[in-house]
Amino acid sequence: MPEMPDSLIYLDGVTVSFDGFKALNALSLIVEPGELRAIIGPNGAGKTTMMDVITGKTRPDEGSVLFRHTVDLSKTDEAAIANMGIGRKFQKPTVFESLTVFENLELALAGKRRTIDSLLWALDGGKKRRIETVLETIRLGDRRDELAGALSHGQKQWLEIGMLLAQEPDLLLLDEPVAGMTDAETEQTAALIKEISVDRSVVVVEHDMEFVRNLDTRVTVLHEGSVLAEGNMDAVQNDPRVIEVYLGR
Amino acid sequence: MSPVMGRLVALESRRGWQVVCGLAVVFLLVVPILNQVVPPSSPFHMPTFWVVILGKYMCFAILALSLDLIWGYAGVLSLGQGAFFGLGGYAMGMYMMRQIGDRGVYGDPVLPDFMVFLNWKELPWYWQGFDMFWFTVLMVMLVPGLLAFVFGWLAFRSRISGVYFSIISQAMVFAMMLAFFRNEMGFGGNNGLTDFKDLLGFNLSRDSTKVGLYVVSTATLILVYLTCRFVVRSKLGRVMVAIRDAEDRVRFLGYSVAWTKLFIFTLAAVIAGIAGALYVPQVGIINPGEFAPAKSIEVAVWVAVGGRGTLFGAIAGAFAVNGAKSFFTGAAPEIWLFFLGALFVVVTLFLPKGIIGALSSLRRRLPGVRQRETKVA
Repeated sequence: MPEMPDSLIYLDGVTVSFDGFKALNALSLIVEPGELRAIIGPNGAGKTTMMDVITGKTRPDEGSVLFRHTVDLSKTDEAAIANMGIGRKFQKPTVFESLTVFENLELALAGKRRTIDSLLWALDGGKKRRIETVLETIRLGDRRDELAGALSHGQKQWLEIGMLLAQEPDLLLLDEPVAGMTDAETEQTAALIKEISVDRSVVVVEHDMEFVRNLDTRVTVLHEGSVLAEGNMDAVQNDPRVIEVYLGR
Repeated sequence: MSPVMGRLVALESRRGWQVVCGLAVVFLLVVPILNQVVPPSSPFHMPTFWVVILGKYMCFAILALSLDLIWGYAGVLSLGQGAFFGLGGYAMGMYMMRQIGDRGVYGDPVLPDFMVFLNWKELPWYWQGFDMFWFTVLMVMLVPGLLAFVFGWLAFRSRISGVYFSIISQAMVFAMMLAFFRNEMGFGGNNGLTDFKDLLGFNLSRDSTKVGLYVVSTATLILVYLTCRFVVRSKLGRVMVAIRDAEDRVRFLGYSVAWTKLFIFTLAAVIAGIAGALYVPQVGIINPGEFAPAKSIEVAVWVAVGGRGTLFGAIAGAFAVNGAKSFFTGAAPEIWLFFLGALFVVVTLFLPKGIIGALSSLRRRLPGVRQRETKVA
């Protein structure tokens, strides 16, 4: 194996095409343990497809996706990938609307996932405390017994982030976490993401430049399915190629 | 109190247990007493005819519970529950055929009449063992369960869901009907299995046997209800609801959607099989008509009318629709199907949560109740 930096996730030459259109074109990307990484790029740059590949929703046509150097994610199914410690937030907030906030977190809480385990599962003090902690982090403590369907858009986004936290993943993938949020909510979310990236790797895909700047972290620019530039926000924003395809429009 | 006992007690609220126990007393004790102890001359006497009808409804309610599990909770509309009901019924029918012995028209000690009529010389291999009751009970659950497991494994693993699953489950039950119509299958062709004499030595034409079957069906309904309640109140029940709401999200949380559905679908099939096995001795016949696609669809109507996603709703729906059916097919048979169609349209349009759902939202709207409930919370 070639020498490489310490990687949690390692994409090498990943190509995905849909009816001839290359959504990902020989994409190579490394995310290190404990890193917070922002990924930007114009529409159709392959941001969501990249998340689909990492979480097992889409199989790459070529290339490999390694988790912790050893596990080939391109040959593993969604549930197994989730159980290895990769959590994902969807672009559209996806929570279980006919369950309460507390029950949503209860389902997400790390633990055995076999059908028989779920049948015999019981809520004990330790689990309850872990859920309480998450409720506090996502600031939904006073709405715990309400149906998730009754939450506002921004609160659903937080609940979904909370569910990911309860899953206790090593890698968190967030697809447009502030889409549709008010400015105040966006700011709070940036703080929340920085808070949770202390203990784990987080990859954030986002359109909102102000938000990405707030994250103050390493940025990768995708364009037409591959990496165009990488670096801190200022360096990236001053890169002439980036200006041409994206920021300069 | 052990944790298991604790969970069993917690299956129902205090009020819920009162309702369950109250209904159990009425149907398990009062009805048999009104029939057996109260003399026929008394106005309080309940004719055996009514007890038999109630017994049939109990079986339908069990069948409705099975569909409610997989449809109301996990969101998978199976339009093939009749297949499992019918298989359970056939298994019981085979036992009762073997019980006839040499009392058949042709007097063959082993072969049922229809086999003698077809000039068969020996019992097919799959009829072996059905002279034993314990084996029959096993098959009543095993055969539908196995079919559901294989069918579900193929469907859920390929992520067939929604209307596609409904259509192939309907195709399955239709294929079973065509297969069981064939005489060569060895299940009596379109006549099915009938002319049963006794069950475990009890003469089926006796009133006491009929009441006994009613009591067993009622007790089974209660047990099945509590089993379903255990499932839907567990975390698995919430995983099922989560699958109904957002299947992909469940997958990315690390749960296997396919195995969850497969477990519930198989459990539902076993329950439907038990319902069929209790039903057949009460009506005295099982034929391929039970596999008619319309029968499976009717079960979905019961559950929708009662209120899917609530176990009580499924039971109430089975009783309400079948009660209406008994009434209309007696009073005005030609309008029954129109009524059924209208009922389904009305419920879909105006009572999307069924009778039970409508009642509980009505209850919430009453100011007094609301205050009480918030206080409790």
